[in-house]
Amino acid sequence: MDQQPQNTTEEALNAKFEARIAAGETIEPKDWMPERYRTQLIRMMSQHAHSEVVGMLPEGNWITRAPSLKREMVLISKVQDEAGHGLYIYCGTETLGVDRAELVDQLLSGRAKYSSIFNYPTLTWADMGVIGWFVDGAAIVNQTVLAKASYGPYARAMIRICKEENFHKKQGYEIIATLAKGTPEQKAMAQGAVNRWWWPSLMMLGPSDTNSPNTAELMRWRVKRKTNDELRQRFIDLTVPQADAVGLTLPDPDLKFNPETQHYDFGAINWDEFWQVVKGNGPCNRERLQARRDAHENGRWVREAAEAYAAKHSSPAQSAA
Amino acid sequence: MTSNETQWPLWEVFTQKDDGSPHEHAGSVHAADAEMALQNARDVYGRRGNVVSMWVVPSAMITASPSDQAGPFFEPGAEKIYRHPQFYKIPRGLKGF
Repeated sequence: MDQQPQNTTEEALNAKFEARIAAGETIEPKDWMPERYRTQLIRMMSQHAHSEVVGMLPEGNWITRAPSLKREMVLISKVQDEAGHGLYIYCGTETLGVDRAELVDQLLSGRAKYSSIFNYPTLTWADMGVIGWFVDGAAIVNQTVLAKASYGPYARAMIRICKEENFHKKQGYEIIATLAKGTPEQKAMAQGAVNRWWWPSLMMLGPSDTNSPNTAELMRWRVKRKTNDELRQRFIDLTVPQADAVGLTLPDPDLKFNPETQHYDFGAINWDEFWQVVKGNGPCNRERLQARRDAHENGRWVREAAEAYAAKHSSPAQSAA
Repeated sequence: MTSNETQWPLWEVFTQKDDGSPHEHAGSVHAADAEMALQNARDVYGRRGNVVSMWVVPSAMITASPSDQAGPFFEPGAEKIYRHPQFYKIPRGLKGF
């Protein structure tokens, strides 16, 4: 007896939701949304937040070995920004009704995914330059579009992040430009980093449209506004002239401008490598997760001390528990 | 005490960008107490010197308007078109209004 009216209500709510999406309206946390929209956003946003957090590790590796005090201060600021970006997006994800502790647990237990790119090692100082230039460059291409996502808290976090990422990309490109006009060894170091990071950076924008199970649904809901292949093409078109400007070559013999399409054609991506890294078999997957687990365990006494301090000083208006 | 795996309370963060501007919602932070919430909020939402004042409020203390009845709830304001200056007609060509 009860079943019929409930279905009708659900259908009506769903129709209203789809109409709001179609009209380009922004969905806010307390608005009704289909369960599937909620779970897809939690998956996508938490993966994004985890990527920011794990993304601190490859660069953190070089903080104590930066070539100058200026570069060290810049790198610390950048890594701190990544922590902040993780917090912006965790905060947005929590508005969907999921607990922060649960998200962290998903990461530490290996159930959650994060960007494949951070499972590659940072072997030289030039890697700091290329990460800012390629990895943050690709992230900007992706996040500029996500800043128009239909879910308000996600879009607002992206706007905040995009403003800060421009510093990341520019400082990276400056490192590479400086090395590229340095000694032959320095230029070779820059070229080596470019060679190692180019293909993983292209993969970072996600599987090809023909093999991306979530894209169609996320596009329909206007969470994503461009497909992975469209974003990848845009990143390539932007980056090729930047490589030319500093006299470095991108490691793809098939890369050339196509006057008909007005885009750069490029060679085949090794998707087998991508899926291997996604499945946990990249060069640094285990090391990255272990570093996060160690950080969580080693921070335990800080959390305990902060709670004890808060309990001791709590007044009725500021109870901590 | 071993309750450190429990979730610290959530605080909503409001920032004022410059003197004279209103405080606007920036996001949220988890913290054990108000002092820590302010410090975390400063580190997360004020890293670039673009904030002159900050409020933190326990999220649980905020009462929000009902989102599923936003229409009826705000209707009394929307229907009073005579509150807007466009409602009134004045002689053509008159300046200074």
